[in-house]
Amino acid sequence: MNADWRATAGTRAAPVLRFAGVSRVYPSGDATVVALDEVTLEVAAGELVAVMGRSGSGKSTLLAIGGGLDTPTSGQVLVEGTPLGGLNPGALARLRRDRIGYVFQDFNLVSGLTAAENVALPRELAGVSARAARREALAALREVGLVDEGDRFPDQLSGGQQQRVAVARAVVGERRLLLADEPTGALDSGTGQVILDLIRARVDAGAAGVLVTHEARFASWADRIVFLRDGRMVDSTGGRDRAEQLLEDAS
Amino acid sequence: MTVKFGLLTLFVDGPKYGYQLRTEFEARTGGTWPVNVGQVYTTLERLDRDGLVAAEGTNADGRTMYAITDAGRVALDTWFATPVADSDRPRNELAIKLLMAATTPGVDVTDVVQRQRTESMRLMRDYTSLRREADRADDVAGVLLLDGLVFALEGEIRWLDHVETTVLRRGGRLKPVAKPRRTGRLSATPDRSGAS
Repeated sequence: MNADWRATAGTRAAPVLRFAGVSRVYPSGDATVVALDEVTLEVAAGELVAVMGRSGSGKSTLLAIGGGLDTPTSGQVLVEGTPLGGLNPGALARLRRDRIGYVFQDFNLVSGLTAAENVALPRELAGVSARAARREALAALREVGLVDEGDRFPDQLSGGQQQRVAVARAVVGERRLLLADEPTGALDSGTGQVILDLIRARVDAGAAGVLVTHEARFASWADRIVFLRDGRMVDSTGGRDRAEQLLEDAS
Repeated sequence: MTVKFGLLTLFVDGPKYGYQLRTEFEARTGGTWPVNVGQVYTTLERLDRDGLVAAEGTNADGRTMYAITDAGRVALDTWFATPVADSDRPRNELAIKLLMAATTPGVDVTDVVQRQRTESMRLMRDYTSLRREADRADDVAGVLLLDGLVFALEGEIRWLDHVETTVLRRGGRLKPVAKPRRTGRLSATPDRSGAS
């Protein structure tokens, strides 16, 4: 959508998202629960990383912290080089709104707003004029194949369509980081594939993506799969070999 | 077995020469099972020896052309009419390894499971990526083949989760049963190499 934004696609620049020794400990009665334990992870532009692990392994905490919705007990999270811990609440809210897109299992659309208004909302909040925001929203809806549905309300759309609207909302503007928490969890498998296709396309166009899922089939759309157990990263498939991928792209 | 009848099938739409079989076999099975030329020629010799194909002159380039015989057609009909039996599948190494791990002191089943899970996901990621390419190229045979491989891996990964949960619930180790049931040979999941 934005030439500068696309220009960085596929380069090995600084990671868009970086976890440096991130831990998150929650108090639980007299004891504590370690939800994340010294996690170090980098996600580059053009890379989709899937996070797998059983429930309670720390997947969602990882995503919440990466998106600035939760704060680490120790360690640092950087988005495009900016340490989130150093931001005041206003600056953090702006960064979240302007640079990070979220997709949740239950869509999280505002029911009183149309599809186009939902997608335009983050742009209007960012100070873009209503007309420009609508234009951007319709472009994003076109990308997810729903431009004709723009004036419908969420309850007039199927689950799959609502999630496509949520993806459009997550990618509208210049968001470089896409965070998806079980985005296919409420959808049948065919519809889930459509959502993954959209996320994958956006990442291929230069965004960085993190996908939390317990479904192996959807995790396999990622370039790299990391596994969490009891808050610790226990293993990773490793990334794709860059040269191999270039060969693949060329063939 | 698979290659033999796979190649035999290619003669249904007309006489072929050896090298042609290789290209067509790969094209019709989604390109995921490369067969080497040597394998094609030995298989062709065997088909000829068994009377399922017969040489039928040479083409303009001087290559020997082979055609399917009546016996070949009967054999092919039988092949299509017979489901793949369990005994045609190789022993499941993963099942053996995990059950041994689960019953052997000093082996951390969770680690064995995780290493396999990572490997299976790596493989699945590669298949998924090949599948997207096949889809873009409108190669439906390739898509179906890769779907099959992905479904099998999906089942394997579910089974790995299940093994891990079950073993952990029993304190990390299974006790071998005193008197094993005799069930004959079982393979819990189809072999994914598909080579046989």
